[in-house]
Amino acid sequence: MNEAIQLIIFMLSLVALAPLLGRYMARVFMGENHLLKPVFGWLEKLVYRISGINSEEEMNWKTYTAGVLLFSLFGFILLFLLQILQAYLPLNGEKLPNVSWHLAFNTAMSFTTNTNWQSYSGENTLSYLVQMLGLTVQNFVSAATGIAVFLALIRGLTRKTTEFLGNFWVDITRSVIYVLMPLAVILTLALVGQGVVQTFSHYEKAVTLQGAEQVIPLGPAASQIAIKQLGTNGGGFFGANSAHPFENPTPFSNFLELLAIIIIPAGLVFTFGHYMKSGSQARAIFLTMIFLFAAGLAISLWSEYSHNNVLNVSGSMEGKETRLGVMNSVLWSVTTTATSSGSVNAMHDSLSPLSGLVNMVNMMLGEIIFGGVGSGLYGIIIFIFLTVFIAGLMVGRTPEYLGKKIEAYEIKMTIVAILAPSVVIKLFSAVACSVGPGLSSLSNSGPHGLSEILYAFSSAAGNNGSAFAGLNTNTVFYNLMMGSGMLIGRFGIIIPVLAIAGSMARKKIALVTSGTFRTDNWLFVSLLIIIILIVGGLTFFPPLALGPVVEHFLMNSGVTF
Amino acid sequence: MKTQTIIAIKFLMIMTIMTGIIYPFLMTGLAQLIFPARANGSLVMKDGRIAGSELVGQKFDSNIYFWPRPSAIDYNPIPSGASNLGPTSDKLKKQVKERRRLFVINNLITDTTAIPKEMLFASASGLDPHISPESALLQLNRVAGGRNLDEVQIQKVKQLIKNKTQGPQYFLFGEPRINVFDLNLALDSIR
Repeated sequence: MNEAIQLIIFMLSLVALAPLLGRYMARVFMGENHLLKPVFGWLEKLVYRISGINSEEEMNWKTYTAGVLLFSLFGFILLFLLQILQAYLPLNGEKLPNVSWHLAFNTAMSFTTNTNWQSYSGENTLSYLVQMLGLTVQNFVSAATGIAVFLALIRGLTRKTTEFLGNFWVDITRSVIYVLMPLAVILTLALVGQGVVQTFSHYEKAVTLQGAEQVIPLGPAASQIAIKQLGTNGGGFFGANSAHPFENPTPFSNFLELLAIIIIPAGLVFTFGHYMKSGSQARAIFLTMIFLFAAGLAISLWSEYSHNNVLNVSGSMEGKETRLGVMNSVLWSVTTTATSSGSVNAMHDSLSPLSGLVNMVNMMLGEIIFGGVGSGLYGIIIFIFLTVFIAGLMVGRTPEYLGKKIEAYEIKMTIVAILAPSVVIKLFSAVACSVGPGLSSLSNSGPHGLSEILYAFSSAAGNNGSAFAGLNTNTVFYNLMMGSGMLIGRFGIIIPVLAIAGSMARKKIALVTSGTFRTDNWLFVSLLIIIILIVGGLTFFPPLALGPVVEHFLMNSGVTF
Repeated sequence: MKTQTIIAIKFLMIMTIMTGIIYPFLMTGLAQLIFPARANGSLVMKDGRIAGSELVGQKFDSNIYFWPRPSAIDYNPIPSGASNLGPTSDKLKKQVKERRRLFVINNLITDTTAIPKEMLFASASGLDPHISPESALLQLNRVAGGRNLDEVQIQKVKQLIKNKTQGPQYFLFGEPRINVFDLNLALDSIR
């Protein structure tokens, strides 16, 4: 009963707050007047002046792409250097050694691509300096980059006969100053109020009631956790991520963090609606996402509460925290994989087979069920193109979306964007399953071992970051494979999306006639859902059948590995 | 291209200063001002020393204390972590069986008593500070024996378990639970 109430409060808060935040963000990104402009307008101008940005100047798609790539590249280099030099830098109270080159590569790639896969545990690997100067910064700007790419795409869709898609630097600045930063400040303080630590003091030594020594790790955690959730980053300050009592101390902090994960991706759907001047188009996308989200949640809850014949338990507590319980752990696992957050409050490796399957499917579909901030929306627009194209083939008309013709070039780019992450998941998993260094990292055997590998590369390709953490990925093999997977999963989509944006911006907008294929009704929502499931489902059905599906049936007959 | 490169470098520097220095320092300052105890780890002092954090579970295996959940890291927080054993793991199956056996023997309860799940399975962080109130009550006989408590004192401990049980937060969020460290701390002061 209590579980049902918590679930309802979460869903209601989501549906109520997303449109409000969406409207606010639309005002911010369109450059209109809004609440915080008088307060932080000076800061925005200051950033432009110091960096030498002309905020009036707009970019074509190639310049915009160059901005995205250069900014990500320099962010990567800075984060890589900070890690391999941390022993020589200040704010390293625990005297942690320099990070190995392959772990530094993986972590730098992970945080600049908004993945936040972690092959390490923060408390024994990274200094306070690297956590804030490296990771916190990328938590902000990699999220803002996702929003910027999304903005470029919607400008391409809603403008006509132009080369210009807006200014990348302006989009990032506004995302950070008016959206991410204010929300992060509020969330940080709320979390500290619940017990999340925020200090520069060294780790404390306690003498327990039984007289043993216990080291208590501390750090500027709350400020990083706030943005880790809001930016769908997900990289924990501590190894156990949001299961750690210092990252997520109470059921209420859990509720706030959960809402923070999904609220910006959900809000951006409505921002899109304001750009299109069509609430119904936005609602169609929102309904599609909510449907897929609810379906996954229902399957996952059913599976987790079902009886496990091996362990003789319903709703296992392995890898779960008492204060959060089973329902909050499952709800979080679905939310964190549907969005590309990847932070966890329970250990996914120990979830029931079909709950693990839902998590994997969420990531394999391309992180489009709300998805990452910005990236979720440009991801689902790719699927909308595909749906409109297939519907066009069926009725024999040139496909259109928002009055723009979708032609061979756009479809080619769409296919690249859909295939890039799929290739990573299937090919890289296949390699890992066939070589020694891929298999020696496993901690579970049987079908669950396959699931560990499959989960890892789905997480990398979807830029998610959550893990079946039994897999030890802090090896040269996995750090390099996963790092490359994240790179392809990020820019293998961003570049085609920006190319589409450029090509769409040049086109005219056709008038809506009675012959226009509508993209804002139930028929379209159903078609879109079917296309998403067929493309995602058919691509990944074979490995899923050999992993979690087989494990489910074997579990029911009591087989162990 | 050259212009964009220069902008990218300058812009990254400014963002680093803004979100990597000013933001965390400002947040630390405000946190230390408004919630100093919580921002520093909710530490609990006893006899002039830090006895632990209210939020971080610690190891108890003596018969004079209530015991927490199984932990994959034995309550050593550097680093936190879980077993990550899967739902068909043979190792986990054996662990659960062994934990059940030991829980029954140590707590002097019958074989058929239903043992709450959290006492048989390891937590996600390895530092879970809570157990369910039922789990605490099942341990009462053992603790009473370990401390040679008389009937009046046992009633006091029972009352203590009741008082220390936390219901859903703000009447809505989370599960009923009891903080083991907190309970044991209070237990030490019962005479």
